[in-house]
Amino acid sequence: MGDFIDFIGNNLADFWTYTGFANATAGHFAMIFFGLLFIYLAVAKEFEPMLLIPIGFGILIGNIPFNMEAGLKVGIYEEGSVLNILYQGVTSGWYPPLIFLGIGAMTDFSALISNPKLMLIGAAAQFGIFGAYMIALAMGFDPMQAGAIGIIGGADGPTAIFLSSKLAPNLMGAIAVSAYSYMALVPVIQPPIMRLLTTKEERLIRMKPPRVVSHTEKVMFPIIGLLLTCFLVPSGLPLLGMLFFGNLLKESGVTRRLAETARGPLIDTITILLGLTVGASTQASEFLTLDSILIFTLGALSFVIATASGVIFVKLFNLILSKDNKINPLIGNAGVSAVPDSARISQVIGLEYDPSNYLLMHAMGPNVAGVIGSAVAAGILLGFLM
Amino acid sequence: MKKLNIGIYLSLLLMVVGLCSCGERKSNTKVVLNEVLIENESNFQDDYGIHSAWIEIFNRSFGSTDLAGCLLKASSQPGDTATYFIPKGDVLTVIKPRQHALFWTDGEPNRGTFHTNFKLNTTADNWIGLYDSGRKLLDQIVIPAGTLQANQSYARISDAAKEWEVKGASADKYVTPSTNNRTINSHAKKEKFEEHDSNGIGLAISAMSVVFSGLLLLFILFKLVGKISVNLSRRNAMKVKGITDKKEAKEKKLGEAPSEVFAAIAMAMHEMQNDVHDVEETVLTITRVKRSYSPWSSKIYTLRENPQKK
Repeated sequence: MGDFIDFIGNNLADFWTYTGFANATAGHFAMIFFGLLFIYLAVAKEFEPMLLIPIGFGILIGNIPFNMEAGLKVGIYEEGSVLNILYQGVTSGWYPPLIFLGIGAMTDFSALISNPKLMLIGAAAQFGIFGAYMIALAMGFDPMQAGAIGIIGGADGPTAIFLSSKLAPNLMGAIAVSAYSYMALVPVIQPPIMRLLTTKEERLIRMKPPRVVSHTEKVMFPIIGLLLTCFLVPSGLPLLGMLFFGNLLKESGVTRRLAETARGPLIDTITILLGLTVGASTQASEFLTLDSILIFTLGALSFVIATASGVIFVKLFNLILSKDNKINPLIGNAGVSAVPDSARISQVIGLEYDPSNYLLMHAMGPNVAGVIGSAVAAGILLGFLM
Repeated sequence: MKKLNIGIYLSLLLMVVGLCSCGERKSNTKVVLNEVLIENESNFQDDYGIHSAWIEIFNRSFGSTDLAGCLLKASSQPGDTATYFIPKGDVLTVIKPRQHALFWTDGEPNRGTFHTNFKLNTTADNWIGLYDSGRKLLDQIVIPAGTLQANQSYARISDAAKEWEVKGASADKYVTPSTNNRTINSHAKKEKFEEHDSNGIGLAISAMSVVFSGLLLLFILFKLVGKISVNLSRRNAMKVKGITDKKEAKEKKLGEAPSEVFAAIAMAMHEMQNDVHDVEETVLTITRVKRSYSPWSSKIYTLRENPQKK
């Protein structure tokens, strides 16, 4: 009888070693706290809930402590586990192009086509990427890591994941979480910079209404856009190819079902998988490092630089534009590609100073140009550093 | 003036196309001859422990390629060409991306797929050709007599490079059967950036100029497309309204969206922003839906019955 009780006792003790309680560390609780914070921000504050809910819950999933030496194949970094299989879409970089397909199928490029000079704002805002790259180098990261970190400034989660999976796979979790977190925090980061860099007169500039864009132009845009950008930067092909393909599905007018699938069920499915696995990749043992903290700091800086460079570029651009064609610098922030949040910020701030000055449609121009610009920048970094 | 603008845009486009066509033409064959050793005294051994001459083939592409059915030919004098048909049905003939396959030219094809039915001539010129299964020449090389001494190979400087050199004659040029012709033991690009651009300004300038030029080209093209489109829509509107004077059409803003459209959009946005809309009465009607019984939807028929003792 005593042996049997010992046996039961040993079994229970053995079982205890497998539980989360026995394997928990302070790091796990810290990460669980961040997961809960993300969920809170999404539910209570409605900060990018589509991103923060999957990522936040993913953080909880990824930080359930377990006995890592038992070979249970449950962790995201254990080869063959279900989470690891789902994570392969991130590590091998095929989730981001599918997200871009959906983005292309839901984006209306009319604002950009009607006023193509807004494309240059999208280009200027990419300075955030290279500003962060330079600071990362100064902090001691090697050029490939610095390139992967810099791309956070593109404010484009899928692009950040795509590039970091190629240039610095070991930093991908921190880079992805940082990129998505700051995209959700665009309403907090951008307005003070926009106010700081603009005068009251500039904020009141009314822009010429965009002209009507014909169907032919809308169909031509993805075709010309693909040929031109990808001939220039072929390494951006996976992202740009899918972006423009999705847009052609939308604008051709004859593939409505395909466009609806791309911008509906497909992008939703991939967003769920991407968000959840990126969140789960923040396993405390792999994630809580000094590098991650530095990456978060650099990510914030890159967003600040990108926003500032967009606004400053518009101010400089206005110096050479005629009085009728002036651009409101409040749309400069939209050059970062956090679609459509940064454009919405331009609208909100613009309305604060003139309740009848609607900047949204103008801001969508640099906003979608930012998507193209960040994908091109990612392609360049890949070409230069890989 | 407009024609001049169009001319400028078209010349820019032609210049871009012209630049593209100036690039060096590269062979697009997937597999190439990569290294040849003619006299093997004490170099690499085959599975039988014999030192034989060998030919190395390299898959330069980033996808697997199958050599089955390809032909390896060799000749040391005109009209005396030996042909080896690379057998089908051996999984080992599939070369993985950027990998090598080594063929022993020992005249012993019965020893396996990678043993050819011919030998290379150690005293005369050797021509070696690689053909695909459709008898199309993929690559060829001539190794002049006397070029190589024993245990020296004739190889491309690095895998799939255009230039060939003698390897095995000095310490830094070594014979590399079944492996890279040049060992890469550093990250050249990374080191280049670390050496020449430690603060990242060079990369920032070059990358930003590429981003700007890409989007600038797109801007120029769509400026042009936009102008053409506006002119076309104005011309159509002029036809419909029966106006022939271009100035009049411009004054009447033909082909442009009427202000009412923008007023409607602004109103809709205003309503959305300020939650301004009519208060509508809502009637919620709940109707009980009765479904007639169907054996197809009955749970009873889908449940397995307990076995009963009879």
